[in-house]
Amino acid sequence: MEARHKSMKAFGNELAAPEVQLEIINRKNGFPAFDSKYKDTGEDKLRAGKIEILQINLGKMCNQVCKHCHVDAGPDRKEIMSRETMEQCLTALKNSDIETVDLTGGAPEMNPDFKWFVTEIKKLDKHIIVRSNLTILVTNGFEDYPEFLAENQVEIVSSLPYYKASFTDRQRGSGVFEKSIKAMKILNGLGYGKEDSGLIFNLVYNPVGAFLPPGQECLEKDYKRELAKNFGIVFNNLYTITNMPISRYLEYLIASGNYEEYMEKLVNAFNPEAAKNVMCKYTLSVGWNGYLYDCDFNQMLELKVKTENSRHIKDFNQQILEGREIITGQHCFGCTAGAGSSCGGELT
Amino acid sequence: METYYDPKDLKKFSEIGEGAPELWKKFNDWYSEVFKEGALSEREKALIALAVAHAVQCPYCIDAYTQACLEKGADLEQMTEAVHVASAIRGGASLVHGVQMKNVNKKLTM
Ligand code: SF4
Ligand code: SF4
Repeated sequence: MEARHKSMKAFGNELAAPEVQLEIINRKNGFPAFDSKYKDTGEDKLRAGKIEILQINLGKMCNQVCKHCHVDAGPDRKEIMSRETMEQCLTALKNSDIETVDLTGGAPEMNPDFKWFVTEIKKLDKHIIVRSNLTILVTNGFEDYPEFLAENQVEIVSSLPYYKASFTDRQRGSGVFEKSIKAMKILNGLGYGKEDSGLIFNLVYNPVGAFLPPGQECLEKDYKRELAKNFGIVFNNLYTITNMPISRYLEYLIASGNYEEYMEKLVNAFNPEAAKNVMCKYTLSVGWNGYLYDCDFNQMLELKVKTENSRHIKDFNQQILEGREIITGQHCFGCTAGAGSSCGGELT
Repeated sequence: METYYDPKDLKKFSEIGEGAPELWKKFNDWYSEVFKEGALSEREKALIALAVAHAVQCPYCIDAYTQACLEKGADLEQMTEAVHVASAIRGGASLVHGVQMKNVNKKLTM
């Protein structure tokens, strides 16, 4: 597969449309429905519990165009969160006991109100996580962002699909590994990833192809050893994440003739223990336009939360949202395969 | 065209157990114990398995262990080196038998 420079949407690819993706994913192909398999957990339906994390997607704009991106993000995407919607998020946070805010994108830093938003969330005394793609931190105009993040004690979570350039650049674009190393050295220089600094820096592994991720613990040892040996880089934890069969990764699976086998792998690896801990149980996702979703994946599939009276951040009602029934589909098997997968890595 | 090897047959491996279920169970228990992390990591064990798969030239094992190596965190570079190890041993094993040839040659020739 060639490197990409634009989103699927910019190419007018029909797979960019969520309804087309859903039509493909939800063909059962002889596999059990996720809902029926979920019953193996002993619970009848997947329901949200207490909301612990508000994951806010600041927009689809990104300086990278990774091949597996579930957001279909890229420099051509202009959908970003407005300050007005951010203010509505702040009001919701003020009126809730949610402790963690997880900022994602796209590249969340590219939202012009990013710094203002982080500062305002900080005033509410919430723990902030930023999902940074690293290369943005060494891009012209963003050089002061690492320091800003450190000053605000923001936890950084970054994708690095492998500890070597080959796999990383194949998935994320040529030169991404080198720039990521540069950014990681800057972060380490500020104390990120170093013990006792209080500045948390976690890395994310996701498979560069149609296979499932390795065990988190074993791979973390390899990452730590190789990054320290070759580049003197340190970090806190490695999260291994399964690629979800949606958006650009779905496009890759179909184009490479791997779709059926990948779905079979996910279904066969269903683990009830992982299913009991899926992230939609404790995370609520906010889209760039303020609509609420059970997770970032459902957001990209435009599956809004079921709670009709609290479907937008301006109508945020924690009581109504907690205990809501989650909207599921065959893509949910991506969260429950093997040791499970979430924005915080394994689930078991 | 019919061939002796069909990738779909790999999924039928467990059917071998039908003829001797007790032996199959013993084999399975031992097999899964062998590949668990121990003094060697799961990734290292998968790479050894891949090398052996090439030495015994088993297409099922090559298919299964290429996938296993990726799923244990190896990349193409590591897998290619493992195949070279297998090839070096195979080549070296042939070559070292040249010593026997030389012994026989020495005995039979003036
Ligand atoms: S995976 Fe992340 S860094 Fe890559 S294009 Fe998508 S949003 Fe950007
Ligand atoms: S895809 Fe979303 S809704 Fe489905 S199990 Fe995963 S987190 Fe929950």
